[in-house]
Amino acid sequence: MSSSEKYVAAAYLVVFVGVLAWVAIIASKLARLQREVAELVELARSRHERDAA
Amino acid sequence: MPARLRDIPLSTFAWVTVVVLGGAIALIFFYAPLDADQGLTQKIFYLHVPIALTSYACFGWGAWKALTHLRTRAPGADLESYAAIHQGVIFGAFTLVTGSIWARASWGIWWTWSSNQLVTFLVLFLFYSAYFMLRYSVEPGPARANMCAVYALFGVVLIPISWLSIRLANDFIHPTVFTRHGPQMSGSMFFAFCVSWAGLLLLAATMYRVELAGKRLDARLRELRELLA
Repeated sequence: MSSSEKYVAAAYLVVFVGVLAWVAIIASKLARLQREVAELVELARSRHERDAA
Repeated sequence: MPARLRDIPLSTFAWVTVVVLGGAIALIFFYAPLDADQGLTQKIFYLHVPIALTSYACFGWGAWKALTHLRTRAPGADLESYAAIHQGVIFGAFTLVTGSIWARASWGIWWTWSSNQLVTFLVLFLFYSAYFMLRYSVEPGPARANMCAVYALFGVVLIPISWLSIRLANDFIHPTVFTRHGPQMSGSMFFAFCVSWAGLLLLAATMYRVELAGKRLDARLRELRELLA
């Protein structure tokens, strides 16, 4: 691999890895939001059961 | 046909981005000819310049949303300004890194302080990076939204300065491809460049919409938690 090829590959790889890192961050955020939704559903359900009793 | 871009479903937007970016990569490596002067390293141009222009577009969009917030107090304009500036900073970081790699390949150095284009872009990037320090050092509320909007508007002045710096000053090291006589490249190169820019603009728009959807969902959940508490 020539030095030009290495530099071109590095430039494109940096952007690709950067976007991939962004996707990973968004995925972890989505997981947190899913957990929060599950907690809120649980809270609403327990409140509903308490009111019904 | 959707009246506005935001009416297009996010998944459609993302798939169009993938297709356009894939097409751009194919055009860059299999259609655009090798540059007679720089050879293969010129292929970085198709990535570096569109990313820089996308970064300017994000900062400009963020400033426009900041102005909308200050003029109309439209709900959500502050959050949209924040998301756009965040994308601008991400693409700004990509610009600096890809530019540095290209500089090393072409000039033999990673960075030079003698190039006005490089320095003004770094100033623009640092200015908008400091936006987050301001945002997260103030309690959320109308005062923070107003302060951030004013800051975002001040920064937009740096965009034309950055763009015009190599045209106004005698900057010999950074090449000027777009002159008053048009783009200094062949038609096929310019076509590949345009497709690449379209793909990167779509990527920024997709990332902007995903981030905005996440932030809005976060705010709604916080509201719901307060109601249920």
